[in-house]
Amino acid sequence: MPTFVRTDKCDGCKGQDKTACMYICPHDLMKLDKDGSETGHAMKAWNQEPEQCWECYSCVKICPQQAIECRHYADIVPLGGSVQPLRGTDSIMWTIKFRNGNIKRFKFPIRTTPEGSIKPYDNKPKADVSKLDAIEFFTANSIHAADRSQLMNG
Amino acid sequence: MAEGTFGNPQIVEEEVDILIIGGGMAACGAAFEIMRWTEGTDIKVKLVDKAAIDRSGAVAQGLSAINTYCGEHDPADYVRYVRNDLMGIIREDLVYDVGRHVDDSVHHFEEWGLPVWKQPGDEGKKLTEGGKPVRSGKWQIMINGESYKWIVAEAAKKALGMDRIQERIFIVRMVTDKNDPNRVAGAAGFSVRDNKLYIYKFKACLLVCGGAVNVFRPRSVGEGTGRAWYPVWNAGSTYAMAAECGAELTMMENRFVPARFKDGYGPVGAWFLLFKAKVMNGAGEDYNALRGDVIKDQKRFGKYGQGVPGTCLRNHVMLQEMRDGRGPILMDTPTALANLAKNMTPKEVQHLLAEAWEDFLDMTIGQCGVWAGENIEPDKRPSEIMPTEPYLLGSHSGCAGIWVSGPTDVGAPKEWSWGYRSMTTVKGLFTAGDGVGASGHKFSSGSHAEGRMAAKGMVKFVMDNKDWKPEMSRTVEELVEEIYRPVKNFLEHKDYTTAIDINPHYITPKMLQFRLQKIMDEYCAGVSTYYQTNAKLLEICEEKLEMLKEDSLKMRAKDLHELLRAWENYHRILTAEAHMKHIQFRQETRYPGFYYRMDYNFIDDDNWKCFVNSKYDRESKKWELKKVPYVQLVK
Repeated sequence: MPTFVRTDKCDGCKGQDKTACMYICPHDLMKLDKDGSETGHAMKAWNQEPEQCWECYSCVKICPQQAIECRHYADIVPLGGSVQPLRGTDSIMWTIKFRNGNIKRFKFPIRTTPEGSIKPYDNKPKADVSKLDAIEFFTANSIHAADRSQLMNG
Repeated sequence: MAEGTFGNPQIVEEEVDILIIGGGMAACGAAFEIMRWTEGTDIKVKLVDKAAIDRSGAVAQGLSAINTYCGEHDPADYVRYVRNDLMGIIREDLVYDVGRHVDDSVHHFEEWGLPVWKQPGDEGKKLTEGGKPVRSGKWQIMINGESYKWIVAEAAKKALGMDRIQERIFIVRMVTDKNDPNRVAGAAGFSVRDNKLYIYKFKACLLVCGGAVNVFRPRSVGEGTGRAWYPVWNAGSTYAMAAECGAELTMMENRFVPARFKDGYGPVGAWFLLFKAKVMNGAGEDYNALRGDVIKDQKRFGKYGQGVPGTCLRNHVMLQEMRDGRGPILMDTPTALANLAKNMTPKEVQHLLAEAWEDFLDMTIGQCGVWAGENIEPDKRPSEIMPTEPYLLGSHSGCAGIWVSGPTDVGAPKEWSWGYRSMTTVKGLFTAGDGVGASGHKFSSGSHAEGRMAAKGMVKFVMDNKDWKPEMSRTVEELVEEIYRPVKNFLEHKDYTTAIDINPHYITPKMLQFRLQKIMDEYCAGVSTYYQTNAKLLEICEEKLEMLKEDSLKMRAKDLHELLRAWENYHRILTAEAHMKHIQFRQETRYPGFYYRMDYNFIDDDNWKCFVNSKYDRESKKWELKKVPYVQLVK
C-alpha cells in the first residue's frame, strides 16, 4: 500500500474539489473517491497506484486530518514498524516504531523563516539589461572568486 | 468551446514568449532569475508542471545535504573533482560555469529560510556573514532539508506570481517551427485533472523535467518498484522530447548505479564522509584494503585507477566481491558510531544518533521504514549495501543529457558556444539540471544555478527575436489525435473482451513498462547480468525496442491518470533507446562498475576519450551518432 488513508480520519477535505493529498502528490497517486464506487468509502481519498509510491510522505505531511500513514513496501519490509511525522511550520516531529515495539522520537528544524514570508526581490538590485551577456546573475556579488591561472588558456 | 469529455477534450491554445516546462530545482531557479530580467518589458513567461511545485522534482522529499557548495574552494578545483569522478570526459566549460555560480543560489536558500548546519561557534551566522558550514565532504554541506523544495518553490512562486503558473499540466511533445525545422515553436500536452489539451506557442522554452527512472527492471518488482533511488516520476521526458525535436544529445551512454542501503536506497554519503563508516564483505573483511588494488591494472583501467577512484570504480571493487560470492556488502555502522562516541558525552552521542536518523528522514523516509520493520538500529547492527538498478541523469553523479551552448570566457572551442547559454542545438530550446549533458555533479544547488543561467539566455534570445512569430509545423488536429491516441484505443476496443486489461487491440502502460524494463535489464546491462552486455546482446535489444516503440502506439488509457503513465512510458522508451544506441556506439568500457561492454572490457583513451553525441530523426525514427573531441580547459 505504501501510503494509506484511514477511513476513520479522512474527511475528503470537506467536500472541496480536490483534497490536499491530491494537490501535493508528485506522482498523481492520491484520488478522491467521491461516490464510493472505487473503494466503497465515499468522499475519502485513496492511493490508486501503491506500487508507484516513492514513500516521499508529501501526502502524509500535508494531510490536515493526519489521516494518512505508511505501511512500508510489503515485498521488502516485515510488518509491524511505522514511521510517522507531524510537520509544523518551523519543525517536524518523527515517531519511529520498530517491529519489536521499540520507539524513537526525533524533532528537527525545517525552516528559519515564517512560512509565506519570502520576498524574493526585496533589497535586491534591479537587473541591468545591458549586462545580459555578462556572466553575473542580477544579484550582487554573485560570482565566486576564481584563479584564472588554473585555466589552460587563463 | 464547450466543456471537454474524456474522449473529446477541450483544446486550450495559448501564446507566450517563454515557457518553463517542469517545476524542480532548475525550473525554480529560472523562475527566480527570469522575472528580474523581464521587469519593465512585455515578455510573457509561463511555467507548467505535471505535479505541484511545492513538492515536485527530485528534491520533493527533501535532502539532508547540499552536495555542491564551493565556499573556500576554487571553481577550477571543482572541475577537477567532477572530471575525475566522471572518468575524464566532461564539458569543463559548463562545469566551471556551475562552480562559479552555484554559491549564490545556496546563499539565497539560506536567506529564504533553509537551515544550514554551522560549525560550533558559528551557529546563527549566515554563510554570507562568514559562518562556516558543516562539511560532510569537500563539496557537500549539511542542512536540515525536509522543507528544502518547499522553500525554494515559495521563492519561485512569489517571483512568478500564481497567475503565471499552471500545475498538473503534462507536456509531452515539442513542436518545431513551420519554416525552420531546427527551431522550436511550441509544445503540447494535457491536464491530468480535466479533459483539456493544452497547446502553447512560444519563442523560447526551458525543458527541465528531470532524469529517467524505471527504465530498467528494478531490484524490487512488487510495491517496492516505487522505491526507486531517484524519483520514480522522472520519466526521461527531458531527453525524449528534446531528441524528438531534433536536439543533439550527449553522453547518453553514461548512467548512474548508486551503491546504497539495500532495498530502502537510503543515502550513504553522510555515513562515509561524516560518520567515517567502513564497508566490509560477508566475512567481515575490509575488501577495499585486500583487493581494492584491482583497479590499478593500467591495461584495463588506464590511469583512472591510480589516484582517487571515481564512483564507478568503487562500484567495480564491490561488484567483484559480490560476483565472487563474498557478499553481502555491509556498512559497519556500529563501529563507526562507537569510534565517534569515544570522546563524547552521552548527550552528544544521543545527538549523533539523531543526526544519523535525520539523514534518512530528510530525504529517504522509506529507509527508516526498512530499519523499523527489520529492527535495525545502526549503533547495534550493520546494514547491507547494494548497487541499484541503473539511472539516467545529468545532475547527480552522472552526465547523460543534451548538448548545450556554454560560456565564452573559459577557453572552450568556438563550436561549444552558439550565442545563448544553455540553448540546445535546436533554436529556442533551452535546458538545465538533469537536461544538460556532460556536466554532472551539480546536484540540487547547481541545477538551480543552471536554471538561472538558462533564464538569462532565454531572455536574450527573446529580445533578439522580438518580431519573430512562432508557427507550428504540425496542426492542432494532428497533435490532438496523437496525444489522445491511448484514450481512443481504449474507448474503441474496451468492449471487445470481458477483462479490461487483456485485449489484443491494446497494451496497458504498466505492461509496456514491464516489457521495457525486462528488455533493458536483460540486454542492456541491468542488474540481472551484473551490468554486462556486448554487441550481440545490444543487437537483440535494438530489435526488441523497435517493436516496443511500434507497440507504444497501441497503449491504452482508461483515464487521465493512465494517459499520464502512457506518455511517461513513451518518453522512457525513447530515453532507453538513446542509452542503448550510445552504449552500442562506444566500443569500450568507460564506466566499469556502472556497465561493462564485455567485448571491449577496458578503458580505451586512445580511441574513446571523446564525447558521443547523437541525433534522432522523428520522421525516419533513426539515430545518428558521432564522436566529438574532448578538450581539456582546466589544468
